[in-house]
Amino acid sequence: MSVKSTAAGGSPAKSRGRTTTRGTAAKRRAGEPGLVQLLTPEGERVEHPDYAIDLTPEELRGLYRDMVLTRRFDAEAITLQRQGELGLWASLLGQEAAQIGSGRATRPDDYVFPTYREHGVAWTRDVDPLNLLGMFRGVNHGGWDPNENNFQLYTIVIGSQTLHATGYAMGVAKDGADAAVIAYFGDGASSQGDVAEAFTFAAVYNAPVVFFCQNNQWAISEPTEKQSRVPIYQRAAGYGFPGVRVDGNDVLAVLAVTRAALEHARSGQGPMLVEAFTYRMGAHTTTDDPTRYRSDEEREEWASKDPIARLRTYLEREGLADEAFYAEIDTESDALAKRVREGVRNMPNPGTMAIFENVYADGSALVDEERAQFAEYLSSFETGDVETAGTGH
Amino acid sequence: MTQTMAVAKALNESLRKALENDPKVLIMGEDVGKLGGVFRITDGLYKDFGEGRVIDTPLAESGIVGTAIGLALRGYRPVVEIQFDGFVFPAYDQIVTQLAKMHARALGKIKLPVVIRIPYGGGIGAVEHHSESPEALFAHVPGLKVVSPSNSSDAYWMLQQAIECDDPVIFFEPKRRYWDKGEVDVAALPGDLHRAVVAQQGTDVTLAAYGPMVKVCLEAAAAAANEGRSLEVVDLRSLSPIDFDTIEASVRRTGRLVVVHEAPVFYGAGAEIAARITERCFYHLEAPVLRVGGFHAPYPPARLEEEYLPGLDRVLDAVDRALAF
Ligand SMILES: Cc1ncc(C[n+]2csc(CCOP(=O)(O)OP(=O)(O)O)c2C)c(N)n1
Ligand SMILES: [Mg+2]
Repeated sequence: MSVKSTAAGGSPAKSRGRTTTRGTAAKRRAGEPGLVQLLTPEGERVEHPDYAIDLTPEELRGLYRDMVLTRRFDAEAITLQRQGELGLWASLLGQEAAQIGSGRATRPDDYVFPTYREHGVAWTRDVDPLNLLGMFRGVNHGGWDPNENNFQLYTIVIGSQTLHATGYAMGVAKDGADAAVIAYFGDGASSQGDVAEAFTFAAVYNAPVVFFCQNNQWAISEPTEKQSRVPIYQRAAGYGFPGVRVDGNDVLAVLAVTRAALEHARSGQGPMLVEAFTYRMGAHTTTDDPTRYRSDEEREEWASKDPIARLRTYLEREGLADEAFYAEIDTESDALAKRVREGVRNMPNPGTMAIFENVYADGSALVDEERAQFAEYLSSFETGDVETAGTGH
Repeated sequence: MTQTMAVAKALNESLRKALENDPKVLIMGEDVGKLGGVFRITDGLYKDFGEGRVIDTPLAESGIVGTAIGLALRGYRPVVEIQFDGFVFPAYDQIVTQLAKMHARALGKIKLPVVIRIPYGGGIGAVEHHSESPEALFAHVPGLKVVSPSNSSDAYWMLQQAIECDDPVIFFEPKRRYWDKGEVDVAALPGDLHRAVVAQQGTDVTLAAYGPMVKVCLEAAAAAANEGRSLEVVDLRSLSPIDFDTIEASVRRTGRLVVVHEAPVFYGAGAEIAARITERCFYHLEAPVLRVGGFHAPYPPARLEEEYLPGLDRVLDAVDRALAF
């Protein structure tokens, strides 16, 4: 792939400049012929020569339900953070289609390696939403058994998990298992050395791994232009495996493309890179202030491509769901929000001695000694109760 | 010329002054430009000095430090920001195998004036990798200088001095003190970057600390004073090199030493200080050198950090034990 395709966007005078403006760049990319789309922002069903999908009305309603509930869960988490129940939250607002579409493309035996924003994917893997909140509340650093749902712990260190996914996939291949692995990462992460090394290993070992990049246009305050001068999906070519860009706000296209990519991996054809072109509608996290670095117009432009609205338009136009269906989802959303709210408020703090737990699988004399010393120290205070000792030691 | 400012503002003013004074100074890092850094330490600098001097880099720490090395070889003085302590490790290879050793390998013919700023330590209720104290991992490496200010004045001056230094400096910023205010005399000529200072005089026990724990030790000294005990607090300021002379002089007066840091005690700075001070003034010590610090366990989730972090009580407990010998 040549660099030409990106440079060709504006007039020569414009493209010679260091940076193009955000608006121009976004338009240039959206209009790119490579973008796989099956449902337009206006809710029109369109065909694509390489990626077909034929879903039953029930399946379509299922995707809608997934996205709505995920968004509701996310909104509830933001509220809980504002109320001080969570220390932090990384919102997935706007990325529901990218996450539900790709998550629903996986099979139970496949294995998922997420970043820290994959709440929608977690939903599709049947991870209890409450489990996701533990680390954001600060009661643990993970909080679920990855092997229960083949959904690894969230990874905060950018890009690391792409290598783990690749290694896991190498193991799957060695075992001759009928499964694939999917590694999530962001546009920012695409710059990390670990991600480049993951691409190299995956290609060299023909590992059954799908690299799923949610290009949400931003890495905190830095636009994608600061990370790459070619569309991210084109990087795959340099490593020797296919890459495809899909409309990340089109749940049908994401599902179709990810299914195909996972099947490509499962059938022994090696890795594939999927770039889901989407947008981070909210702040990077609850501590971030996006008004410092991006415009309202950009956000509004993307709001018109909302993943949930377009599927709803389609369902309504085709008469695939009735009022009772939408009403039922509303009720379900309220129940989910309530369960999450109450669950978080009742989530117990870990006991102080949890500090020393699970440091080694084999145990450690040093840890035991420090634990004993600390317990003795704590017991010298009047409250005495080691497990519930108060703050400020 | 004395002004009151928070540690974060002092660092910001210091960077501004460095950019003004020397056209070769560059600032690099993730989100340091338009956003002004996640802690706003580089706030306003992108606007005033432009993207040629204040550089939003790709999200790649090895790349940031590796290219800073190249820019330094070309005559620039890069000041790079690592967003949080836990994210320096992708750059660890460049720092340890390249940055630290290049001057020696070139027989002294080249210099590597690179400053790596790292907000470190806990106490802000953050998620994993945002609260660690990895300073010993850098102080262990010959060729690197490692410093950490504890207050606004040192934040302002030590950063200037680190940028002027011809060796690579790992500059650890105590993130939970960013908002603490203090006096800064922007006209006063500072002393040596690597000297320790007696932050509080006392006679019974010496507390040696740096960065975020200096404040805790000063509070411990105040609390002890109410009980009729006189604690001396030494602010180390520099971890490589360490000003052992100042610690030794203090211990010769008090006869007792407690070293305090957030980092795990096992293989921590306290171990090095304990060994050297024991060698230097064995016959002046009334008690073994004691250490207060983190445990040999991962930094815990936020809801446990108050228990985990050494506080006033744990420092005073060590003081009691030192006095009991
Ligand atoms: C190695 C590392 N460096 C820096 C950070 C701080 N950080 C957290 S998220 C983020 C931006 C990530 O952007 P992207 O990969 O696009 O994912 P997104 O947040 O947009 O989902 C940064 C720089 C980190 N977590 N890990
Ligand atoms: Mg992003």
